[in-house]
Amino acid sequence: MAKQSTAKQERKQDSDVNARAVTSKQKSAAPNLDRLIHERLRLGIISALAANESLTFSDLKNLMNTTDGNLSVHARKLEEAGYISCSKYFEGRLPKTEYKLTAAGRSALENYISHMESLIKQMRKT
Amino acid sequence: MEPMRLVQNEPPALHDRAMDNLRYIRETMERATPFTGISGLGEMAIGATALVACLIAARQPTFNLWLAVWLAEALISLLIAGWSMDRKARAVQMPLFSGSGRKAVFSLAPPVIAGGLLTIVLVRAGLPNAIPGVWLLLYGTGVITGGMFSVRAVPVMGLCFMLLGATALFSPPAFANWFMAVGFGGLHVLFGAIIVRKYGG
Repeated sequence: MAKQSTAKQERKQDSDVNARAVTSKQKSAAPNLDRLIHERLRLGIISALAANESLTFSDLKNLMNTTDGNLSVHARKLEEAGYISCSKYFEGRLPKTEYKLTAAGRSALENYISHMESLIKQMRKT
Repeated sequence: MEPMRLVQNEPPALHDRAMDNLRYIRETMERATPFTGISGLGEMAIGATALVACLIAARQPTFNLWLAVWLAEALISLLIAGWSMDRKARAVQMPLFSGSGRKAVFSLAPPVIAGGLLTIVLVRAGLPNAIPGVWLLLYGTGVITGGMFSVRAVPVMGLCFMLLGATALFSPPAFANWFMAVGFGGLHVLFGAIIVRKYGG
């Protein structure tokens, strides 16, 4: 129940942000902030995958120190956006889920980092 | 030195948050890499001991003594590698033999074992001159496959070892000690330094 409501809230937030992003894009040439990976846990998943060839669901869960439900919701969002790819297989009898960063995901992270860097540089100038 | 800022109300918050985001990305990547934790400092130490071993080995009057020096060096390197990787894994609170760390060890071991067996065969066949080339070549193979799970510098180092080994196999035996020094000494120190600079430690 609680989980559902946060997910809903987030969806609303996302659409709000999109609406705002469009107007700010018209005003300034600053690159659009990628909200999809701006969220902490999703940024963490992308960063962890950027440093590894692939990670399993449980690797990520331990690294991010989060719950199954939380991780799968956010991982699915990234998967839907094409930032990460997910494959399922069996190791013996245990089902395993393996995640990899896609080329789109890597460039999204790079864009995000350069966006942050340009923000910092701008602040230094003023 | 940061010049004193006059305006310090709204902008710094955004600035701090951007810094915080970048720090978070870096920390997460660091926490995630130790799976593959190759220690650059450890590699530099291995390179340094290899250079010393090379100096000692070059002065040995017989081939068997030369071989003994290098076997001792291999053992020392193994100890340094184990200790430094363990230390790096501990520093980032990640088990050493989990995930791709284990994959890396398992892919380095087979070519090294093959190299050991081939050494015996080459000695028996009376071809000791081929040993440096074979060692460099096989070690490079292991580093490439093991390094697939690590940062890019590692497989590149493996490739350099393979190229050097291939060249050594087709060069006069008089250069053998130089190939050993450049490979096990030079390449380790060089790539160790790159890893320390680019990936910290």
